[in-house]
Amino acid sequence: MSGTKTAITDESSLDEAGAARFAELLANDQRVEPTDWMPEGYRKTLIRQISQHAHSEIIGMQPEGNWITRAPSLKRKAILMAKVQDEAGHGLYLYSAAQTLGIDRETMFEQLITGAAKYSSIFNYPTPTWADMGSIGWLVDGAAICNQVPLCRASYGPYGRAMVRICKEESFHQRQGFEILLHLMRGTEAQRAMAQESVNRWYAPALMMFGPPDDDSPNSRQSMDWNIKRFSNDELRQRFVDMLVPQAEILGVTLPDPHIKWNEERGHFDFGELDWAEFHEVLAGNGPANTIRVARRRQAHEDGAWVREAARAYADARMTEKIAS
Amino acid sequence: MSHTSNRTISDAVTAETIATSGSIAPEAVARYAIGLGDDALILAQRLGEWIAHAPELEEDVALGNIALDQLGHARSFLSYASSAWEKTEDDLAYFRDESEFRNRQLFEQPNGDFAQTIARQLVASLYFQALYNALCQSTDQTLAAIAAKAIKEVDYHVDHSVQWLMRLGLGTEFSRERMQHGLNSVWAFVAELFSNDPLTANLEGIAVDPQTLQEEFDRLVKKAIAEAGLTVPTVPAARGGGRAGIHTEFLGPLLAEMQVLARAHPGATW
Ligand SMILES: [Fe+2]
Ligand SMILES: [Fe+2]
Repeated sequence: MSGTKTAITDESSLDEAGAARFAELLANDQRVEPTDWMPEGYRKTLIRQISQHAHSEIIGMQPEGNWITRAPSLKRKAILMAKVQDEAGHGLYLYSAAQTLGIDRETMFEQLITGAAKYSSIFNYPTPTWADMGSIGWLVDGAAICNQVPLCRASYGPYGRAMVRICKEESFHQRQGFEILLHLMRGTEAQRAMAQESVNRWYAPALMMFGPPDDDSPNSRQSMDWNIKRFSNDELRQRFVDMLVPQAEILGVTLPDPHIKWNEERGHFDFGELDWAEFHEVLAGNGPANTIRVARRRQAHEDGAWVREAARAYADARMTEKIAS
Repeated sequence: MSHTSNRTISDAVTAETIATSGSIAPEAVARYAIGLGDDALILAQRLGEWIAHAPELEEDVALGNIALDQLGHARSFLSYASSAWEKTEDDLAYFRDESEFRNRQLFEQPNGDFAQTIARQLVASLYFQALYNALCQSTDQTLAAIAAKAIKEVDYHVDHSVQWLMRLGLGTEFSRERMQHGLNSVWAFVAELFSNDPLTANLEGIAVDPQTLQEEFDRLVKKAIAEAGLTVPTVPAARGGGRAGIHTEFLGPLLAEMQVLARAHPGATW
């Protein structure tokens, strides 16, 4: 960076130099780091996106946590426990990434448990059957991977690096989900029916995880210009469907969309319209489990307040002791 | 704390390696292993109830880790035990009734609040530490190998519970009260851990006589409780009998939940 001493003390020209540097980083597809200058809008967008992503990981522990105590074999119980724990870990990395942008974890958590913040609406669907552990892994973690692999190259360094770690584990999760469904589909009549019924329920919500269609997605363009988002919602959704169709064949499940058909000309599978009215309902908080999910996390947080307070008091006392001695 | 994906599943001595090793447990050893496996399984099931409900996210991860370790130990013991009757770990976990479970009663006690869970963990982890240290010397190679792997994990569980005992005991007036209450609630079930275990009869050199573990346990637990500014409870011991299939009212509902799906589909694999 160049500039005389007087220029640096002048705020607007400091911003100008920062802005030029920021533009240069984006143009060269390089990482923006916490100490770099960045536009307020970029910072705000990232805080919103990363904290929503963290909240999704945390809330996402519930629909699967629901089956830990009832998993039908000890091996599946161990895998599921490890998975739910991984999701807690993802939430923790992401909160740390967001903290580098100048927001603290208490504030973010407060936004989550008061219902002020959004999280992925997919977790507002319930998990009435064991097969849902398969569908969530295969479809929900699967969609998450399609969304998140490009985010490993997101321009903001701490976010991109968190995504690299997370994606590795998500692909584990997807394979485990696929395996659950495969065992069910190779099992008894009742098990096959359980798997198909579950896939029927999760398929469309999973496709909606990529967000509204491109012509109805106002913020996407800006995020793409900032090298946060690399592909449009519809592009990612298409990739996901292209990946699912052959996997569904191996499983022997039917995807609940009669319009799925190979399109030679496009080199992609065509698929039917999604019910976006339903998506907006769930997004607006009217999904089957919205209130339960937030209430449960808030309850855990409130029940644990005295524990956190004790830990703080203990740590403070030890610190004072150390200073005194 | 390091957080790695599916840690327990990729470690060396596992239920899978035991199941495929072809080693068959003599029946008396298998009966002993069932007791050890049930202790760990029932505790893992209880700890699993905390996941997504812990006081902070770090504790969701920590309690999940401990539950996963316990479940790993349970699977190893039960896999080995099941070899005696050409069964599987799941046959034992899912298709035995309450009176066939051999866990000590401490492990089936409800979680209560966080302090009560920590109190149970303190007792459990110090007991397991003493037990597995001794079991490493077993002349039964499989039991010794399971214990040798488990001990490293249990050392961490001891640290975790002792640290929380200190934080809660010396934190605030309220947390001190809760922690003392937690200790008081679980203490009736301590004596049973060290009482004569009928399953160890005729297994000299193979099984560990629990009576030999008490001295070490008492020394460590008293020291930890005193350092946390709390008192060792003096409550009458519960009647016990877990190793003979006698349980408190809490085991039935726990098993009903754990076994419900597996029993709805007998013969199915998952
Ligand atoms: Fe995740
Ligand atoms: Fe995941």
